[in-house]
Amino acid sequence: MKTFALAGNPNCGKTTLFNALTGSTAHVGNWAGVTVDKREGVYKCKDFRINIVDLPGIYSLSPYTPEEVISRNFILEEKPDGIINIVDATNLERNLYLTTQILEMEVPVIIALNMIDEVEKSGDKIDIAALEKALGVPVVAISALKGTGVKELIQRANALPEKRSATCFFGSDLKARLETAVTFYESKGASSPLFHAVKLIENDEIELAADGSSELRSKICGDEDYESMVADQRYNYISEKLSSAKVKSAKCARTKSDKIDGVLTHRVWAIPIFLVVLLAIFHFTFSENLFFLNGFTDSQAWMPSLVELGLATKTEGGIEYNNFGVELLSVIYDGTVYSPGVILTNFLNLFLDHISSGVVTLMENGGAAEWSVGLVGDGVLGGIFAVLGFLPQILVLFLFFSILEDTGYMARIAFVLDRVFRRFGLSGRAFMPMIMGFGCSVPAAVNTRTLADDRERTATIRVIPFFSCGAKLPILTAVAGGIVTAFGVGNADLITYGMYVLGIAVAIVSVLLMRNTTLRGETPPFIMELPAYHLPQFRNLMLHLWDKAKHFVKKAFTVIFASTVIIWLFSHLSWNWTYLPDEQMQNSVLASVGAFLQPVFTPLGFGSQLGQYGWVFAVAAITGLVAKENVIATFTTLAICIGAYAGGGTEEGVEELTGLISVIMADSGVPQSQMIAALLAFIAFNMTTIPCFAACATAKGELKKGTFRWTLLFWLAASFVVSAAVYTVGSWWWSVFVWLAVAALAAVLIVLNNKGKLPFLKKLKIKRSNKK
Amino acid sequence: MKKSLSELVVGESGKIISVNGEGRVRRRLLDMGVTAGTELALRKKAPLGDPIEITIRGYELTLRKAEAACVEVETL
Repeated sequence: MKTFALAGNPNCGKTTLFNALTGSTAHVGNWAGVTVDKREGVYKCKDFRINIVDLPGIYSLSPYTPEEVISRNFILEEKPDGIINIVDATNLERNLYLTTQILEMEVPVIIALNMIDEVEKSGDKIDIAALEKALGVPVVAISALKGTGVKELIQRANALPEKRSATCFFGSDLKARLETAVTFYESKGASSPLFHAVKLIENDEIELAADGSSELRSKICGDEDYESMVADQRYNYISEKLSSAKVKSAKCARTKSDKIDGVLTHRVWAIPIFLVVLLAIFHFTFSENLFFLNGFTDSQAWMPSLVELGLATKTEGGIEYNNFGVELLSVIYDGTVYSPGVILTNFLNLFLDHISSGVVTLMENGGAAEWSVGLVGDGVLGGIFAVLGFLPQILVLFLFFSILEDTGYMARIAFVLDRVFRRFGLSGRAFMPMIMGFGCSVPAAVNTRTLADDRERTATIRVIPFFSCGAKLPILTAVAGGIVTAFGVGNADLITYGMYVLGIAVAIVSVLLMRNTTLRGETPPFIMELPAYHLPQFRNLMLHLWDKAKHFVKKAFTVIFASTVIIWLFSHLSWNWTYLPDEQMQNSVLASVGAFLQPVFTPLGFGSQLGQYGWVFAVAAITGLVAKENVIATFTTLAICIGAYAGGGTEEGVEELTGLISVIMADSGVPQSQMIAALLAFIAFNMTTIPCFAACATAKGELKKGTFRWTLLFWLAASFVVSAAVYTVGSWWWSVFVWLAVAALAAVLIVLNNKGKLPFLKKLKIKRSNKK
Repeated sequence: MKKSLSELVVGESGKIISVNGEGRVRRRLLDMGVTAGTELALRKKAPLGDPIEITIRGYELTLRKAEAACVEVETL
């Protein structure tokens, strides 16, 4: 089977053509060593089949971005049977620049002139025969979106001759200089010698790394700079040949796009509009009160719950619905109208709950041992379903952000916000993944793929968990509620809000710190095309979502599955291998691990000083690794275990925590101020420490090889420092000066080190950054 | 009049005289069609004054002022 590669600029309709050609056969992976999507699929018709590899969208074959290097190596080393070069007909000049580079390689090429319908609509005409003559390869006009011309394209691609000699687009001066280099590469037996020769005189990093090439370059060019001359001549060739191929109409295109842009990047309105869009996205994904139909505050709420309507009854085990119809209704409405994201989550959970309770009932009726029912019901199914339960909201969030990306708005957001982010050594693009972190770290980490620079990406992935995700909110509200109820001080909303701000502050400080030490490097350039606005394509969006869903489910059933089962086992087995039901968790292996680890948390306020029940916090932190929802669930279970609480609370976890706090304080005699500080430190710890397994697995996949363990270490270190600061400052106000002094000292050391005034430290840092 | 691209005011157009700078930034500018002799126009500035957006070769390109400072233009 022949293999063809699709190559072209970003935004030229490459994805649409790829989807049109390969349909359901496509699969997505990563290129070896880098996290750039590698998409492959098969084109089938009754006469032949062609394997299609989608190269990343690129503007050039320079050596500076992983996408460009991948494409270059693929064409040169994997030697596909041909290249389908997609060219956006509405922007011929810049698109053909890449074409001139591809044509320097000795590989069969066919040009797909995409979006020809839009060119015709605007009244322009392109003389295809003239273009074919100018470029020396077949050109087929297509519209990937409408599917016109695609069949002809693939037929002609299949009929391409097996060999093609390189085309040279340069004037006589450059040609003469190139000849020496071409001979050199020919003698070395390299394929596509012209391509290598041009890259060599352009001072290309990759070519110069080869043996004897830098000597050759200085022999041919001296110190002369040919880089701009090469680019100039390419563009000159294109504009000369185009003038005969393209007839421009008087009508000006882009007027619609310009109008939209005038509003969306308006001097005053750009930022408010963006904030509203963002708010709307989060509202549709996470809100449990759609359009604030039930009022803006609790006191304005007027909608009756299902229990109040008499359609359901409250029992000890939860809520019992009168019939299945009511249960289905509860997915959409129960006291408030839910948003689409929440409805999908509820629906999936309803389905999963029925499976899990069905299995448990089946096992119980069949007389299975109690431990095996627990293992299957709570450990295996409970663990996997807890993670799968995130899926709807992750996908909805993904959908919205894909729409922003596809319409071209995301590029404008980067444009608007770049100024702010540059201060921290990031580009405007880093904003999106960070803000997505407030929803869920998983899609956020995947979204960092839009960042061009590796160091910027690593730094961004590391701080994403500090943007408190949806699953951490229950921890915040429960503990904050517990503090307010137990001590009658403070305001729960204010504490929650304060913690969000703390997370953002930690993220900013961490990025600054990393960009000045281990992830040092110049701020990546921000030279980016702002594509014309267009409507997103449903088919592309759905295929994109399908990929993400597949990926996530696969992870849920491998890494996450194994981890949850192990934690369940530890929390339900005693040291002599007997099974312990939930109520006896205090005798489990996990509890003794918690007691063992308790002293570790002493500097953070929730360690040894809390006495014999202090291990509860350590265990909750560990179970939080599976999913952050578990933290409060563990508190509830353990509060009942140690008899701090009798069950049947009203607000999620608040009463359990209040009970737990009073038991611990009575037992250990910790003063009130220290207990409050310890609880705040505990929230801070959960916010900044290692995120859940799903997020860890994603981060591992997105980070460069070998950086993940450092990332784990970084999360641990960050959470220890932050919560130790919260605890000590909360308990002894004057310690704030000690922390400030330490921070100032660190800042001075870093600045001096970066200025090269601390040679011994510098050596150390370089060694470390090389490792990364 | 000669000036750097970062000094253009919104709505002003110019013809590129030279593209300076080095390495990755220069290469990227050249690849995106910012080459000597090309005409461009400054379309707008971001709400915070930086980066800027230019029209060049029939499309819109955004770049920071720091990068635009590498491009020398003759105003039209």
